[in-house]
Amino acid sequence: MRIKSKPVDQQGLERIVTRISHEILEKNKGSKNLAIIGMRTRGEFLANRIAEKIKEIDNAELPLGVLDATLYRDDFRTRLKQPEISVSNITFDLNEKDIILVDDVLYTGRTVRSALNALMDMGRPASIQLCILVDRGHRELPIRADYVGKNIPTSQNEEIKVKMNEVDGEDAIYLIEVNNE
Amino acid sequence: MPLNSRHLLGLQGVSKEDIQLILDTAHTFREILDRPIKKVPTLQGKTIVNLFYESSTRTRISFELAEKRLSADTVNFSISGSSVSKGETFKDTMQNIEAMKVDMVVARHGAAGVPLFLTNICDANIINAGDGIHEHPTQALLDMYSIRQKLGKLEGLKVCIVGDVAHSRVALSNIYGLLTMGVKVSVCGPSTMIPRYIEELGVDVIHNIDEAIQENDVLNVLRIQLERKAKEYFPSIREYAKYFGITQERLDKNGKDILLLHPGPINRGVELSSEVADGSNQIILYQVTNGVAVRMAVLYLLGTLN
Repeated sequence: MRIKSKPVDQQGLERIVTRISHEILEKNKGSKNLAIIGMRTRGEFLANRIAEKIKEIDNAELPLGVLDATLYRDDFRTRLKQPEISVSNITFDLNEKDIILVDDVLYTGRTVRSALNALMDMGRPASIQLCILVDRGHRELPIRADYVGKNIPTSQNEEIKVKMNEVDGEDAIYLIEVNNE
Repeated sequence: MPLNSRHLLGLQGVSKEDIQLILDTAHTFREILDRPIKKVPTLQGKTIVNLFYESSTRTRISFELAEKRLSADTVNFSISGSSVSKGETFKDTMQNIEAMKVDMVVARHGAAGVPLFLTNICDANIINAGDGIHEHPTQALLDMYSIRQKLGKLEGLKVCIVGDVAHSRVALSNIYGLLTMGVKVSVCGPSTMIPRYIEELGVDVIHNIDEAIQENDVLNVLRIQLERKAKEYFPSIREYAKYFGITQERLDKNGKDILLLHPGPINRGVELSSEVADGSNQIILYQVTNGVAVRMAVLYLLGTLN
């Protein structure tokens, strides 16, 4: 495993959050009906930051939730390791809300698929929009993001590591090469 | 981190880490039970047989709901209406059921050791839903989960198990589980209902119910099993209720905020007075709700092992 480059540093990440927050407000013509849901783990912190930014810009406190969609995954029969599950924490009513679903990396699209199913089981939002920090390509399902922090084309033996201050002690995005033996 | 065993036969010998994992996982499932659609697709395609050789309301419905909420296919078996009445042996019955390709078996039986026997004759994951007077692990797990949720911890607490300890599988599973989690466990009841040598498991014996109320944070009150000839162990039900029944007066007298658990079904006016059974100390229905989440956790952790 070897770090190839650092496409985004701390300042870059801050700018991305600012731009995406503006884009969300522009597209939805304000923040009136919005709610933000972050996907565990790093999507959660990203969601917090976007919510804070929107509060700064629009002076509105958005409902904020955390989603763990592990139970909806499609790889229970094929995985060798049992995935750890944790609690979703969504205390507001999803019905008729415009949901901004936030995650760090968009890759195959399978996590987003499971998240969509999970959200549908909790209510009937007016819309769900996908906000992603890094789109690294290689989609296996017809899923695309509405807000993209950065497009970083990758090969299959590369990986994107998003670091966030809250858990990793730094803000950065790394492109990493993994050795496939 | 997966569980260390592919079956759940009892809590004897189950590690602290495994119990912790089940309780933490249950907490995740607890959230699902509050959703409008109480179902996740996790065990889709798994077939689970509920093999109940003994009557049951709570445990059976609880397991069946847990299975359905994880999207497993379920089949219910009970002796009435089955070929058991035609003289088929237990082993033959079980092997025929297994030949229909089942992944997990939830078993309740009047004889201790049946779940263990099942692990020898079939490949499915086995979950013990109560075997004779041996163990009832999911009941003890839901008791522990309920205590942990209400009091915020398990370690360092004092829990007393009251009643017919000698004939209770709930008591034995609770004793094993609670001791593993660092709880100080005692038992209380008439001496005919306290097994000899029980101190060797590491529990204290109290014969005075007032003392038990004063000295503990939690009482887990067992049902007097009238169908298992419990009456032979004390002179009369009235006398039992007088000396060991929990009444509001008794709780007030000892002036202590105590948490009351009961595995159900309650004999009102025997082990608990009606007032106490509906009172503010008890968490009986809370236990029942948590039971579904705890069983979902066990089914998930065993059913998704590869």
